[in-house]
Amino acid sequence: METIPLLSHGSPTAIIAYRGGVPITAQEFLADAAHLAQRLPDSRHVLNVCADRYHFTVGLAACLISQRVSLLPSTHTPQVIAQLAAFAPDAFCLTDDPRCDIELPQVYYPGQFQGSVTASAPTTASSSFSVPGIPTTQLAAIVFTSGSTGTPVPYRKTWGLLARCIQSGAPRLGLSDGLRHTLIGTVPGQHMYGLESTVLLALLSGNAFCAERPFYPADIAAAVKAAPHPRVLITTPIHLRILTMSEVEFPPVDLVVSATAPLSPELAREVERKYRTSLLEIYGSTETGQIAMRRTAETAAWRLWPGVRLSVADDRVYAQGGHIEQRTLMCDVIEITGTEEFLLHGRTADMVNVAGKRSSFAYLDSQLNAIPGVVDGAFFLREDSTGSAGVARLGAVVVAPGLSAAALTEQLRLRIDPVFLPRPLLLVEELPRNAAGKLPQQALQGFAESQMRTEEPP
Amino acid sequence: MSDKASLMQPPAPLADVGLQRELAALFVQALNLEVQPQDIDPNAPLYGEGLGLDSIDILEVALIVSKQYGIHLRADSQENQQIFRSMRHLAEYIAAHRTK
Repeated sequence: METIPLLSHGSPTAIIAYRGGVPITAQEFLADAAHLAQRLPDSRHVLNVCADRYHFTVGLAACLISQRVSLLPSTHTPQVIAQLAAFAPDAFCLTDDPRCDIELPQVYYPGQFQGSVTASAPTTASSSFSVPGIPTTQLAAIVFTSGSTGTPVPYRKTWGLLARCIQSGAPRLGLSDGLRHTLIGTVPGQHMYGLESTVLLALLSGNAFCAERPFYPADIAAAVKAAPHPRVLITTPIHLRILTMSEVEFPPVDLVVSATAPLSPELAREVERKYRTSLLEIYGSTETGQIAMRRTAETAAWRLWPGVRLSVADDRVYAQGGHIEQRTLMCDVIEITGTEEFLLHGRTADMVNVAGKRSSFAYLDSQLNAIPGVVDGAFFLREDSTGSAGVARLGAVVVAPGLSAAALTEQLRLRIDPVFLPRPLLLVEELPRNAAGKLPQQALQGFAESQMRTEEPP
Repeated sequence: MSDKASLMQPPAPLADVGLQRELAALFVQALNLEVQPQDIDPNAPLYGEGLGLDSIDILEVALIVSKQYGIHLRADSQENQQIFRSMRHLAEYIAAHRTK
């Protein structure tokens, strides 16, 4: 049985994480994971919502060494949690927040854990350093996308797929050169990008991550400043835009990595110039994991991970090879420009991406139309809505006699992630459906704009 | 120090209505909100129900607050929860900490 070690750190004293500036060694981490694994309930599926990246990673490792499966839904609305419970009736929630209100049996991350290895876990504090090997065929995680029908679509990730993806990508990012990089992430470990580029990247390329997730520009600057060199900021276009616009003084950073949404070459160049660093952008999908990168300031072309290849069949683009276990349809409009290179021309029509959260109009519309009292309704993309964060927002037009926009928004809040909540939600008498009953996005946008104009005060 | 000294102090600006109005106008413009500035309830929560801001909006707010008032918000400060309780709380925080 083929296995890949949980960590690539070669020595028990190698640093795997920093928490509040305190280094945590590989040995301490393994002891914490073994300790937690023994305390988890006798169930197979775990919703790990720990906000502290170290807690999350210990939770993930505890699951891996005890053949448990981590569930990674795209949001935690009551409806999605109920669907998760139906999908995996044995699921429990591992949390480190006493205010967690997720409607699943809750297990609290043990307090006073890290750093008290010898006191709290005598059975695992032996001087021997043995890194568990995880079978490549073991189901490690199930990542959910919202799908188009209202039921989340599960993507099963084996340890082999997750680990090989990182092993392929780390050298491309220059992060497996033996230097001990410190990874500072503004994205949560539970998001596919955060999982890959902060948690798994640290585990599988001998680097260390910071447990904190800095949010405001001043937080990010402080977290980067506190981290040992070479330091890598793992972030998103939104954070980079806000960061460059803010007047916060930024400390030297050795590498910046961005993903979740396309970064403009202008912003990439500004980041490189302002922070005297290099910026690498990663491309991936829920289905395939990360598969390519580019130096956005210099080129529009993406370079594939070693072994990954794109091919066209019936006007659709598929990815295969490398860590990808089976040929996979890509949801983006892709132009293949070489064996290892491609250009990206946006999402396919039905896909929506708001701030790294992916959904489809079909799904959002089905959620809207499922609300009692809604006769007809459709979401649309507001092209004019990009604020300083550069995030496109959604609106919706709804036929729902007797219901208020506020009441509808409250209903939607239970069903869909807040980033997709329509702004505005326009109540209308009828949608501009064509003879075939279809509602093209363009017609919808024009209709919504005319509605907004008529609503504006004199 | 003494009670006398504190009596001489002007009262803390509990509700700086002018600043609240200014913030409401900045919010509506920067966040494309579908309300008129004067219709924002100064006591309604900014997150979730109430004004309905999400984490992307909060980053925009952080940018406004840093550019207009010279305050760099920090998530780890004890005050952060307080600040976003309502427009009134945010206005009070800005009034107390603004550098411009």
